[in-house]
This record gives sequence, structure tokens and C-alpha cells, in this order.
Amino acid sequence: MTALLVALGAAVGAPLRLLVNHELRTRYAASPEAGTLAVNVAGSFVLGLLAGYAIQGSWLALIGTGFCGALTTFSTLALELWTVLEDRRWRHLTTQLTLTLTLGLGAAYLGFVLTR
Amino acid sequence: MSPATERPGPALLTAVAVGGVFGSLGRYAVGSALPHPASAWPWGTFLVNLSGSLAIGILVGWIAVRPGSHPLLRPFVGVGVLGGWTTFSAFAVDVVSLTTHGRPLLALLYVVVSVVTGTLLAGVGIVVGQRFEEGVEVLEGGLDSEGGLDPEGGLHPDGPARETPR
Repeated sequence: MTALLVALGAAVGAPLRLLVNHELRTRYAASPEAGTLAVNVAGSFVLGLLAGYAIQGSWLALIGTGFCGALTTFSTLALELWTVLEDRRWRHLTTQLTLTLTLGLGAAYLGFVLTR
Repeated sequence: MSPATERPGPALLTAVAVGGVFGSLGRYAVGSALPHPASAWPWGTFLVNLSGSLAIGILVGWIAVRPGSHPLLRPFVGVGVLGGWTTFSAFAVDVVSLTTHGRPLLALLYVVVSVVTGTLLAGVGIVVGQRFEEGVEVLEGGLDSEGGLDPEGGLHPDGPARETPR
């Protein structure tokens, strides 16, 4: 049952990541990295809320493990960082790392403290 | 309108959704198998994120040198499976959790090790993926005209037949 909820959440989260990336790219001429950042920040915020409310069980499976887990991605981020590193685009690398960590970790922390 | 600017169609969305389900279920299994208290190293998240970073490198490296792979392969595996297998949200909440449970240095170490190792593994994966495909092509170059395996394999004196120049 819990696995089914994870699957349902993931079935929504993963395509949503694709769509967000597509919309940002075509509508706002955003880079792929911006799309990755957007979904990672949003998903981290939501999971931070869940963590703050100490959500467990079915809701955690559906929204946390499933939706947030599939909406966000670490692999794409790693690939992006490697590509930038390999091209020796140091300023871009610094910017991307800074934004990802401050906004991504910050979003999780914000979600968490908003519940206090 | 080029394919890249068309809104993702049902086949693409389905491929990503199905891949995402598989990857997420795998991540759920790993997380269930490796539960950890909030003040300890988040092994589950760490393992899926690092292995996923290596895997996406392998996928990209392999596809880059492989002629004519299916157009849904990269979205299914890269965006879907590996996007579901890995997670940034759990990583972020792990950091918050470690920090609020009195382990800020461990949290910092976790961030640095995850990001640095993940990035490097993606690069390693790309090389592995490329070499794997090149190795496969060498083997295929050793096939004789009946499609059987030439016993000299890719060491044929005239050199293996290659479809794509190196």
C-alpha cells in the first residue's frame, strides 16, 4: 500500500519536473540548470514542511518519498556540475553551487521552521 | 516546430512517469532497508544519490558515442528512472535534520562529500559509458560475414570494421 502511494506521487512528480523544465526553457528562455534549481527548491520546501510537521506513513510516502523525491533530482545536478567543471567555467560553477545550496537547503530549512 | 520546442507529448510523459516510478520505488526500498536516526549519516539518500550520479554519467557517455539510440531512452532512464532514484529534497532535509539535531559539522561534511563525489562520479560515468560502447563496437567489428564471432575478434589484422570513426 505504501509502495503504491510512493508510485503515485512519483508518477506525478517526475513528469512535472519535465514540464517545468520545458516551460521555463520555452517560455522564459531559462537554462536547464535553472529548471533543475526550480524543482529542487520547490521539492525541498515541501519536504521541509512535511518534516516540520513530522508527517509519517501514507502522506509521507505519497507527497514526500513519491512526489518530492521524483520532482527533485540529484543525478541531473551532478551531471550539470560536472559539465561546467569540465569546461572550466569557474564563475558559472560557483554561481550554480551557491544558488543550489543556499536556495535548496534554505528552502528545506524554511519549510521546516515555518511549522514551528 | 522542432522536437525540442514542442510540449512533451504523451509518450514522453509516460516514459518519464514510468521511469520515475521505478526509480522512486527503488529509492524507497533502499531507504527502508537503511533507516537512520536524524542525527546519523543519511546512508540511504547518500547511496542513491551517488550511484545515480555515476549512472547518469554512464548513460550520457554511452548515448553520446552510440549511433541511433531510441529517442525515449535518455528521458526514460535519465529524467525518469534516475530522477526518481535520486533526490535533492531528501538530501536537503537530511542537512536540516542533522543541523537541528546538533550535528552541524556532520551536515557540512555530508553536503561537501555528496556534492563533490556526485559531480566526480558523473564525470567518471561518462568515461565509463563511452568506453563501454567503444568496447562493444570493437567486439561487433570482430563479427564475420555470416554474423558469427570471428575468433580473432577485434584483433583482426586488417583492424575491426567500424561504423563510426573514432
